[in-house]
Amino acid sequence: MSNTMNKRKDDKPTLDLAGALDLSPAPESCPVTIKPRYGHFIDGEFVDGEGGFATINPATGEHLAEIAEGTQAEVDRAVKAARKAFEGPWGKMSGLDRGKYLYRLARRIQEKSRELAVLETMDNGKPIRETRDVDIPLAAQHFFYYAGWADKLAYAFPGGVPKPLGVAGQVIPWNFPFLMAAWKLAPALATGNTVVLKPAETTPLTAMYLAELMQEIDLPPGVVNIVNGMGKTGAAVVGHSDIDKVAFTGSTQVGRIIMRQIAGSKKRATMELGGKGAHLVFADAPLDQAVEGCINGIFFNQGHVCCAGSRLLIEESIAEEFIERLKRRVEVLRIGNPLDKNTDIGAINSAEQMGTIERYLSIGKEEGATTWQSSCPVPDQGFFIRPTILTGVSQTDTVVREEIFGPVLSVLTFRTPAEAVKKANDTEYGLAAGVWSEKTSKLFEVAHALNAGVVWANGYNLFDPASPFGGVRHSGFGREGGIAGLWPYLADQGGAA
Amino acid sequence: MTPTFSPAAAREWRSVRVDDATVNARISRARKRSIKTESKERLLRLALSMIDLTTLEGADTPEKVRSLCRKAVTPLAERPDFPHTAAVCVYPNLVPIAAAALGPNREVKIASVATGFPSGHVPLRLKVAETEAAVKAGADEIDMVIDRGAFLSGDDEKVFSEIAAIKAACGDARLKVILETGELGTLDNVAAASRLAIHAGADFIKTSTGKISPAATFPVVLVMLEAIREHYLETGVMIGMKPAGGIRDAKSAMHHLVLVAETLGAAWMTPEWYRFGASSLANDLLRQLTRREDGYYQSPRRFSVD
Repeated sequence: MSNTMNKRKDDKPTLDLAGALDLSPAPESCPVTIKPRYGHFIDGEFVDGEGGFATINPATGEHLAEIAEGTQAEVDRAVKAARKAFEGPWGKMSGLDRGKYLYRLARRIQEKSRELAVLETMDNGKPIRETRDVDIPLAAQHFFYYAGWADKLAYAFPGGVPKPLGVAGQVIPWNFPFLMAAWKLAPALATGNTVVLKPAETTPLTAMYLAELMQEIDLPPGVVNIVNGMGKTGAAVVGHSDIDKVAFTGSTQVGRIIMRQIAGSKKRATMELGGKGAHLVFADAPLDQAVEGCINGIFFNQGHVCCAGSRLLIEESIAEEFIERLKRRVEVLRIGNPLDKNTDIGAINSAEQMGTIERYLSIGKEEGATTWQSSCPVPDQGFFIRPTILTGVSQTDTVVREEIFGPVLSVLTFRTPAEAVKKANDTEYGLAAGVWSEKTSKLFEVAHALNAGVVWANGYNLFDPASPFGGVRHSGFGREGGIAGLWPYLADQGGAA
Repeated sequence: MTPTFSPAAAREWRSVRVDDATVNARISRARKRSIKTESKERLLRLALSMIDLTTLEGADTPEKVRSLCRKAVTPLAERPDFPHTAAVCVYPNLVPIAAAALGPNREVKIASVATGFPSGHVPLRLKVAETEAAVKAGADEIDMVIDRGAFLSGDDEKVFSEIAAIKAACGDARLKVILETGELGTLDNVAAASRLAIHAGADFIKTSTGKISPAATFPVVLVMLEAIREHYLETGVMIGMKPAGGIRDAKSAMHHLVLVAETLGAAWMTPEWYRFGASSLANDLLRQLTRREDGYYQSPRRFSVD
């Protein structure tokens, strides 16, 4: 019996990780019926609309449903219904009673969490592991959290008299369709506003399911209206003259268009836009756990995360070894059917996004990056990209400067904390960053020097409804979550709405 | 060649840092692996074949040990296709009974605890003598305990030299070093003790005696697997792993195997390099395995207690 084996020719021991654990398929069953066509949800009723586009399952290419494309007239009706509800029952309701509706909705989401998780996975392509453990439970938590605030708003404005703004126009993205709906709706409703929501065109199904839940809990008609459609419909919502507040999560490019559109109006806005998160790993970090943090930072949700840690900055003295550790961990990530409970990395949301990521990968190559991808087999159909690590890149490279929004990690090195901070801040974005070190003084010093709305210390992509989230610079402004998430939906202390 | 203690190396082992919160997150992720149908059957059988079927009670009798040996060889009489366990694990004075029961050409190994198990509070010469006696009586494997008091007081050299001395006393027997992680207090300590034991000559590192709670928790096991991985990548030398104590159900055992596969890879997915120190786990594995064929769960009473 020999204690040594698996030696390669260069005498460097290697681990036989890929395929070490052969797991039989473990698909989550589908407890939901998807209707052939979805219209809009206006004034408490489901209404059909004009035109239509398809939403597909990006993991299979399967057609899921046809979606109506909201027109100006439908947006008008939705805003009117929201205004009527604001001036009517919802606006006159006590905070205590508003809170009851939100608690009821939160509980209903929990009761229907499996249906929602499966639906979200089918429509979006993200693994059921994430929708089941993150998206849906966290969405319910947001409603629970803000339900608690509904009758305590005065405490968010000590000495003031907080008042709702009126009708909020909310446009949400496709990367966390249900969770972003919850982030937007929960604070808006808790503060007494009414809403017109425009879901993303590739992922409208869970929002329409949420509308069913809102009907079931008897939410007064018009409090939440959902108008489906593409960019044009979204522009009609945020541009509507009777909207008081715009909340947008999406790309910086579209955020700019919206800001131009609403410039000069009395509309208040919050923008949660793109990012190019820096993930700093110092030599004194707990290395195996820092690897885990990097995995969560960039391969969570296929990297379709605005706050993704897409730039890894490693202290030079450990860089080579750390990248090896990272690759070993990536080798055991499973890519495949998102409905399989063992899938770690699901499908890219759309052909368009797939094209964008592939374009960035070829730009990276042209600019001299070394591309490494895991060896995990990829399904024949659907949109899939293996987890990718780009090394040999520099601050000037496109893949380091621009948001790729995919499972692609660009790796840079630094020598001193000052250099790390300088490189991390060398971006037009400023949404999120992470720092790994076991030295607390270094953690605090570096975290405060980083120019980002959110900084995680010894962790990444950790979310809690009580914690504010939002960016600086081109990553946007305004906060969602926590007490700070109430402020954008309330008029100034003592002021009139 | 006895390994020599180096204070510089010990400082390095002690400097390894572990972040508990992220270890827990990693564990929670591994434990969500869903193991179904064929893969479940395969892992259940593998887990059964990795068991060190254990009895370590003051009240142990020769009859109990003989019955344990029969169970180790044939876990379930009507299913001869099920694998035998890797070993039986008994006190040194019961090794001759086990050796007689299992015979000279045994496939089931005999492991014996030694070194003043479970506390380790006896002089080194007695630990060595006990080890030699167990090996002479027929033990194939020795499960020793480290001196936790010495480790916690910072006397790494004492812990190291004791392990090295016992290793020398083992001869051809494989040495499993029990860290008793439930008494080490922190994952940082587990990481350091793992490295110390490996460098002092352990063939296996083992979590616990089973006499202290908590025993083989998932975070502790992961940290030990990472120490084994680091050693292998540095030296090419494989070290075995044995979680012991507190692993009672088949599902936990399968999730332990997930951690092994995802941390160390296929080479460790064998009883040669991975063991479960357990007594009641075998019956739950049998219950799960027979369910697959029968279509329903048998009563736990259907399976013998040892």
